[in-house]
Amino acid sequence: MGFWQRFLKLDRRWIFLGITVVVIIPLIKPIGLPIKPTKPVIDLFTYIDTLGPESGAVMVVTGFDPSTMPELMPMEQALLRHCLVKGIPVISLGGLYPAYIGMAKMAIDEVTEEFPDKKSGEDYVFLGFIPGVSAVILSIGIDIATTFGNDYYGTPIDSLPMMSSIMNYSDISLVVDVSGTSTPEYWLMYAQERYGVNVGVACTAVSAPAYYAFLQSGQFVGMLGGLKGAAEYEELMTRKGYPTGRRNATIGMDSQSLAHLLIILLIILGNVGYFIVRRGERKQGIIMRKR
Amino acid sequence: MRRKLPLIIAFGIGFAMLIQYFIPHPRSEAFYNVIVQQWFIIIFAFMYIFALRSFFMHHITKVKKKKEGYIFSAVAMVSVLFMLLSGLITSRGPFFDSLYNYMIAPLQGTMFSLLAFFIASAAFRAFRARNVQATLLLVTATVVMIGRVPIGDYLWKGMPALVEWVMTIPSMAAMRGIRIGVGLGAVATAMKIILGIERSYMGGE
Amino acid sequence: MIVMWIGLLYIFAQIPTTVVATTDSLSLSPPTNLKAIDTPNDRGESITLRWNLPEDLSSIEGYQIFRKSKEEALHLAGYAPMNKTEYTDELNIENNVEYQYQIRSLSPEGFVSKFSELSPPVVAYPQWFKKNEVNILIMVLIYLGLIVYFILIARKGKEIFLRRIPGLDALEEAVGRATEMGKPILYVPGIWPMDEIGTIAAMNILKPVSKKVAQYESRIIVPCIDPIVMNVAQQTVKEGFTEAGRPDRYNQDDVFFLTSAQFAYAAGVNGIMVREKPATNLFLGVFFAESLLLAETGNATGAIQIAGTDRVPQLPFFVAACDYCIMGEELYAASAYLSEDPRLVSSIKAQDWGKMAILISLFLGSILAIFGLRFILSWFSAG
Repeated sequence: MGFWQRFLKLDRRWIFLGITVVVIIPLIKPIGLPIKPTKPVIDLFTYIDTLGPESGAVMVVTGFDPSTMPELMPMEQALLRHCLVKGIPVISLGGLYPAYIGMAKMAIDEVTEEFPDKKSGEDYVFLGFIPGVSAVILSIGIDIATTFGNDYYGTPIDSLPMMSSIMNYSDISLVVDVSGTSTPEYWLMYAQERYGVNVGVACTAVSAPAYYAFLQSGQFVGMLGGLKGAAEYEELMTRKGYPTGRRNATIGMDSQSLAHLLIILLIILGNVGYFIVRRGERKQGIIMRKR
Repeated sequence: MRRKLPLIIAFGIGFAMLIQYFIPHPRSEAFYNVIVQQWFIIIFAFMYIFALRSFFMHHITKVKKKKEGYIFSAVAMVSVLFMLLSGLITSRGPFFDSLYNYMIAPLQGTMFSLLAFFIASAAFRAFRARNVQATLLLVTATVVMIGRVPIGDYLWKGMPALVEWVMTIPSMAAMRGIRIGVGLGAVATAMKIILGIERSYMGGE
Repeated sequence: MIVMWIGLLYIFAQIPTTVVATTDSLSLSPPTNLKAIDTPNDRGESITLRWNLPEDLSSIEGYQIFRKSKEEALHLAGYAPMNKTEYTDELNIENNVEYQYQIRSLSPEGFVSKFSELSPPVVAYPQWFKKNEVNILIMVLIYLGLIVYFILIARKGKEIFLRRIPGLDALEEAVGRATEMGKPILYVPGIWPMDEIGTIAAMNILKPVSKKVAQYESRIIVPCIDPIVMNVAQQTVKEGFTEAGRPDRYNQDDVFFLTSAQFAYAAGVNGIMVREKPATNLFLGVFFAESLLLAETGNATGAIQIAGTDRVPQLPFFVAACDYCIMGEELYAASAYLSEDPRLVSSIKAQDWGKMAILISLFLGSILAIFGLRFILSWFSAG
């Protein structure tokens, strides 16, 4: 069997090894490729940046579990930091499914450590999980306190100073769903369409193409798509002089760049091998027919 | 009656919710609140009780009959009980959080990270220029892969704009087309269920 | 004199904000033509105000909105930014109570204009119908009418053409292959609960597949992520085996609940594929990120794979890793396609007519919009 025939039958474990190497190396020795923010990210950033302590709350919804944490946690933390540094009242909703509450707690715990002057119940509220998905989204439009009863820590929502002026969507300037699934569409269907609240989305790179339609129609005010979206948001935060933490998304972009290049190289080599082998088979076919 | 009652419920509630959407009056909203805030949430909560029952029945059977891999069934049951009791006893305290942060989170992250390896092997195997459509797919995928990372901007300043165009025009047009079809199909399927033509949710005809 | 003015200023500063708060500025003009109406198409407890902007906006930051009723004196009820001409007052509005409004301009320095004319009394009340969404109701009724019309046509015996769907045609071949190899068929019905249309479609396909499996005397494994889906799947597979005349071959242990976590489910199904080595994998339903994990592992075991989902972002992964891919609404059409039930096939015809209507509207709407005629576009707007 020729080289190219063997190459086309390459054991997938060699490919896995190649990916491992190109992902690890930039984490040890960063390359530092520049990040250029794109319009969907700038739109979401600008929208939040124009808000302030008096302009209604921002609700950050955690819609991901540990599997998509590397991609979505940096987004959630950047959004929380942005709201806290601007003094915007922020409601962190622990998610529409039970698997998400752990991620929400992780995000709020890590970010609030950087803001020791911000108090739960006064500057931010952390709501837990209740089952119902679409029922919960609709119920928030009626009354948040009735829907949840208590916050995650067991304090009655009615007794929280921040929630004295926040009853439902009419007191919320923006809902941002940080999601690895299709829950952003639920927020559009049930929150925006019914109650008119503005919605933004922070999603995985795989889901981003599906949401461009909603972005273009103005149903989403902005979008963070994938780790690159998170890195762009961190870049915008840095440019404004806001705190950005470790910039986890930016650190990951070098690895992602090299991994993409490796995949492209494999595709190119695979096609080269495919055409060479096919030409060889055709020549053999001609020789056999002549015989 | 066993067959007719679910059909009657589906028909009644289905049409009632359809009509309710167009009536903003508080009485209509109160009806909706009863269905959504009370019934749905209670049904969803009870679903988890069914889940535990089914889970344990299946794995106990595997352990009893010592089927292949029964040890893993035992591990699965012990893990579920351990997490459940930890949460109940410690009331979601630091120990429960540690189990989530240092066991569940890394395991789920590991599974998701397999995608990086699998997409490389799938792309190597599948992206071959066998015909015109496959070539178009291959070229577009390559351009988007380069443009979606900072190295694309580094190689060519116009790359992000080109990728943005691909994502917002042809890709979105195709997505919209499929979505329109899916939307119409969903409405038609919902109507078939409400009218009782589609009865799969009852487990066969 | 100075002392007198200081004294007057001090006195004015003590007056409560419920009446007049700050010095009137002659350079500021109030909005004009203030109208107050009951907010339409709502549940009540809301009043909408509209006004015309003052001529000179250069000194204006926004507008203060004041409200009074028989029980309340005139008081500050809201605020609108400078470029707005509409405001919806939902703060403590009671239905069937008369309210009146006045509005005045506010400068960045805190100066205010004189008040506008007092609006006529307005009462908030709930509506029984959303008139602004009548276009949606009409379109839904037309579509339903189409579905019913084609069902009636089909009942008269008229044959309705459906194009071939290769993925569904390959089902028989796939089941036959598994039987020849003496290996089971793995059916993964997606990871979403029963209230999702894609999952319902997956159950629709499971029935004819189970029937074929029973006819071929093979084995089908159906791991489920949701207990309700599991219950439905068990009944569906049992019915399929019964219809094929082989109820004895139905094994309830083969249709089971695996886990409710997405990636734990993917790990479990991968384990089944590696241990049981099914000859055929069917991934039909709602999938998310685990789609490639399942498809690629199945490919590594050498199984023939047929996938179908209505989740558009997952289609590329299935196209890359599976032998056949059923896309979007083809999944919903599967039950009609496989059963050839005229009532189900006719609903697909209605879908096609619906799509044709949308295509024509898109085309005509775009052309007419170029000439400023937007009535077709307005048909599709909600609210």
